[in-house]
Amino acid sequence: MERGMKKAQVVIVGGGPAGLCAAIEAAGAGARVVIIDENNSPGGQLFKQIHKFFGSFEHKAGMRGCTIGARLLEETKSLGVEVILNAPVYGLFKHEGGMVVSYAQDGREKAILGEKLILATGAGENALAFPGGTLPGVMGAGCAQTMINVNRVLPGKRIVMVGSGNVGLIVAYQLLQAGARVLALIEAAPYIGGYGVHASKIRRAGTPILVGHTITRAIGKAQVESVEITGLDENFQALAGTARVLEADTVCVAVGLSPLTELAWMAGCDFTWIPQLGGHIPIHNENMETTIAGVYAAGDITGSEEASTAMEEGRLAGIAAAEALGLAAGRTKEMKLEIWARMNALRTGPFGQRRFEAKTQLLGSARKAAQ
Amino acid sequence: MSVPETAKDGIKFTGIASREELAACPGITTGERFEKGPVAVIECVQEIPCNPCEHACSSGAIVVGQPITRLPVLDGAKCIGCGACLAFCPGLAIFLVHKNYTDTSSLVEFPYEYLPLPAEGSLVPCGGRDGDFIAEGKVVKVKQTRQNDGTALIVVEIPKEYFMDIRTICRKETYHGQG
Repeated sequence: MERGMKKAQVVIVGGGPAGLCAAIEAAGAGARVVIIDENNSPGGQLFKQIHKFFGSFEHKAGMRGCTIGARLLEETKSLGVEVILNAPVYGLFKHEGGMVVSYAQDGREKAILGEKLILATGAGENALAFPGGTLPGVMGAGCAQTMINVNRVLPGKRIVMVGSGNVGLIVAYQLLQAGARVLALIEAAPYIGGYGVHASKIRRAGTPILVGHTITRAIGKAQVESVEITGLDENFQALAGTARVLEADTVCVAVGLSPLTELAWMAGCDFTWIPQLGGHIPIHNENMETTIAGVYAAGDITGSEEASTAMEEGRLAGIAAAEALGLAAGRTKEMKLEIWARMNALRTGPFGQRRFEAKTQLLGSARKAAQ
Repeated sequence: MSVPETAKDGIKFTGIASREELAACPGITTGERFEKGPVAVIECVQEIPCNPCEHACSSGAIVVGQPITRLPVLDGAKCIGCGACLAFCPGLAIFLVHKNYTDTSSLVEFPYEYLPLPAEGSLVPCGGRDGDFIAEGKVVKVKQTRQNDGTALIVVEIPKEYFMDIRTICRKETYHGQG
């Protein structure tokens, strides 16, 4: 380690909802906290979430995601959290006294020593392979959402949305709000994946939702000019005679998210495989601590969920990291139990049950790993 | 261009609550209550983790309780028809219905997050849960308050027979001629 290397008690990689909440709790307990984010502004995906959030009223539900983002940023600022932007983290090295985090900034290599490290790197959109899938006009739904809600650019006028999870439903609604026409939302499964109320919004606006349908190809020379879709049978095979062509100029793909786990692999964390959470997940315990002592994970990196649970997991990691530094106040145990109660409540019902079971399995892996 | 719908009924398949789902929905009050004045209609039929409606109601007419995934229950006797809950529902699933506005017309109020907003007094095509045209309605009021945080509430006067059917201004109509 170089002499005079930058140091912090808690280094957080990723300034989205989980990272910001982790920073607020750790800094609130008195820790010196640095957030490193590769984007040019913090907030992760929060600032493009212009819709009102679901969840519990006590925890900002009913408020728009972008407003929640602004509040979290104000809080981190007032607590003196340092946020380093435009800085991709590319290396983690175990070192006496913590973990050295290497990152690039302004074309230079930089490093910081963190006594505790919280990985809140989020998730990335899954791709879907189909003929014509590389044509301009085919994009992730999250990409389209960034274009309309952050950059105020309409990616197309006649859109086919692929995937009926909440991302597909919400982005379809926001494309309608931005002035596009959404010709259809198609879903390969025989039912809608996301919340019915989101689906109802786009139905009221006149957008059909076709379950049991998939895209077979995007057609066009220099860009998407039309899109061929087909009905599927119960074995996901194309049904003869159901193919048709929609005159679309844009295909948005919303077929799930995968946790961005590279740094957890690099840190040497043990992993488990839980398909319901998005694949390989770093094992963590009730404190969000991975199998590497002092390295925590929170938010979508531990399984794709929603901002509401990401914020709670971030808080847990922040509280636990502060506690491990010997900074925590007396109420630590109660605070952690309250957060677990809130998270478990968010993971009930027909949509939450599977995630609850998957998360329980993940904590079980941690207990096994600890033995 | 028309895209045919799939056959199976219900919100999980079509994105629209079926007649049966609405009939069983605890957020929708009884027939007699509709005769007595404006009342909230909470078309929330899936157990999702959400409760802002409960806190938006100062009359204690909406109860979600614990766990947070329970469906909201509307007490028609306590609901004063103020409509404060409408803009708080992230699902835009609450409507205010005044069945007996006149002998022949009802008022339906709904959240509307599109621009441009219609002008008060104008006639607009009104549609159902599938966005299809049902009847023409008159825009009685366009409410935009700070508290509603960007979600406009629109009150339309519509033929009484459609008080449980009309839920939006038809957006499909705006597509005509743009194809």
